[in-house]
Amino acid sequence: MENQNDILEVRDLKVNFDTYAGEVKAIRDVSFDLKKGETLAIVGESGSGKTVTTRTIMGLMANNAKIAGGSIKYKDKELLKMSDKELSGLRGNDIAEIFQDPMTSLDPTMKIGRQVAEPLMIHQGLDKKTAMDKALKMLKLVGITNAEARINDFPHQFSGGMRQRIVIAIALVNNPEIIIADEPTTALDVTIQAKILDLMNELKTKIDTSIIFITHDLGVVAGMADRVAVMYAGKIVEYGTVDEIFYNPKHPYTWGLLNSMPTISTKGNSLPSIPGTPPDLLDPPKGDAFAPRNPYVLKIDTLEQPPFFKVSNTHYAATWLLDKRAPKVTPPAQIVERQKTYAKLKGVSLEQVQNGGE
Amino acid sequence: MVKYLSKRVFYLVLTLFIVTTITFFMMKLMPGTPLTNQEKLSPSEIHTIYQQYGLDKPVWQQYLNYLGGAVTGNFGTSFQFSDQPVSYLIFSRIGASLQLGIQAMIIGVLAGIVVGAIGAIKRNTWVDTTTTIISILGVSVPSFVLAVLLQNWFGLQLRWFPIAEWGGINYTVLPTLALAALPFAETARFMRTEMIDVLNSDYIELAKAKGLHQTGIIYHHALRNSLIPIITIVGPLAVNIMTGSMVVENIFSIPGIGEQFVKSILTNDYPTIMGLTIMYSFMLCVVLLLTDIVYGIIDPRIRITGKKD
Repeated sequence: MENQNDILEVRDLKVNFDTYAGEVKAIRDVSFDLKKGETLAIVGESGSGKTVTTRTIMGLMANNAKIAGGSIKYKDKELLKMSDKELSGLRGNDIAEIFQDPMTSLDPTMKIGRQVAEPLMIHQGLDKKTAMDKALKMLKLVGITNAEARINDFPHQFSGGMRQRIVIAIALVNNPEIIIADEPTTALDVTIQAKILDLMNELKTKIDTSIIFITHDLGVVAGMADRVAVMYAGKIVEYGTVDEIFYNPKHPYTWGLLNSMPTISTKGNSLPSIPGTPPDLLDPPKGDAFAPRNPYVLKIDTLEQPPFFKVSNTHYAATWLLDKRAPKVTPPAQIVERQKTYAKLKGVSLEQVQNGGE
Repeated sequence: MVKYLSKRVFYLVLTLFIVTTITFFMMKLMPGTPLTNQEKLSPSEIHTIYQQYGLDKPVWQQYLNYLGGAVTGNFGTSFQFSDQPVSYLIFSRIGASLQLGIQAMIIGVLAGIVVGAIGAIKRNTWVDTTTTIISILGVSVPSFVLAVLLQNWFGLQLRWFPIAEWGGINYTVLPTLALAALPFAETARFMRTEMIDVLNSDYIELAKAKGLHQTGIIYHHALRNSLIPIITIVGPLAVNIMTGSMVVENIFSIPGIGEQFVKSILTNDYPTIMGLTIMYSFMLCVVLLLTDIVYGIIDPRIRITGKKD
């Protein structure tokens, strides 16, 4: 491991899908670290490769997926070189996943207590009774009321929010080092979403664990994450701390994402959106994949992939706008507002915030 | 549960009544009379016989007489085997048919489940292709063709099993196989589709994420969920076996009710036709009722509690 604090290191990961139309390059050189105890949010629109990345970490890719390069290291162990047997020893024990749709991710014919107890029986070799006792404790921890009586109920006897609590209990029951939460609130209605997010924040402090939080909802990220990685067309385009991404974003794609997020101050009749559609990953563009949709596009964007430019020790963005030779552009008005707030917060001038790039 | 069962029993009786009525009048529409093949009888003799069996009365009166008798358990006496009550005729022959049918059902469905599951697990390999071809053959080859082929291969050429007659388990092997082919093939096809569906579901993905091995996933999660819909086809399969048995019993000369049914239709043996129709309908209703009850036991979502959750 390059860094003692890192629990997971993903380096230059490339994943392709074999389809009838050809090879879809879904993940193109993704690299990131996950530090012990932190929550890393991966945001991006549908099809940007968020889920493929985490599926690859879990070793649960679709049959037509092919790893074309890179490495995933968990505590100095290379996951991509592990046999399926070794991997299933990690799954549900060291690395657990919270699924998106609680209505379909529980086995409809198995009592929920048994479903929560299953990982304990597999990985810790507990007998059924001990495992069920532990499962009961876990169900109480995630807020299932009257858990003693409900442990023998079936999933259809629970509401969506309660089912997601059970899914969370399944993920947490073995105290995993890493939890991958793949849009854990997308399938729930808004009030339940807030409750589930509160629960996750509460559990995070109770159980010392790192979380990879996948979402396309930036509003959810603010309250959950320590760091944010923005993905676009199979690449990470910008990453930094939550404050850096929310108040001082550098990549035009991040600007677009933040602008299309409604805030209290949003006025007007229609919500801004990013025009155009993501590129066809059967044949990824030569330069910056965002170039065709980028209002601040430079000529070089269509010719060459931008490298990561350092903004601060924790903040990097892959956009040619940060190059010394690039013309100075003013971000959209809302982004400037965010930068002003950030400048006030940090006690520096707006210019210092805007010129943060090297 | 008691309320549910009594409701279902009421429907069973209603179904039997409707079946009886329709069959009775349709049977009367069939060409010929019970005495069609008795050319030597004079018209007056025929009239005497008709009077004896009440066949000279108007059809509606015959119907009411029959219903009245059936309610009190009197299903009349057979025309073919005079003096033999129909109920006795059925009960002395039903054993062979039940044994064949149940054997065929159990073997067919169990083998179908196993083969279908294997096909789904080994999807898109030569194993899957082979099992699919076998099940397509099983669905498309009629049981009477298969019966003759089995007689030829295992009876005539290999001489492993007797071709016809009844007496001992040896005699049941070939007819059972002939009858089991269709339930086997249908179950295998259905099971494969269901299992593939289940294996692609989110909860199987979650089971993998828990760290379960493939055997654990199939045994603990996939099988039970794939088996539930199989129960729904057991009813129709039972019908297939019942109709199939009429032909297969004839081919293997097995003294069962299927063979009896065909004979009674050919000879216009009205009381036997009616008795056997009611018997077949009753068995089918019971099978359907049982499948519904078993469905509730296996699938917690439709458990019959008699009250709402």
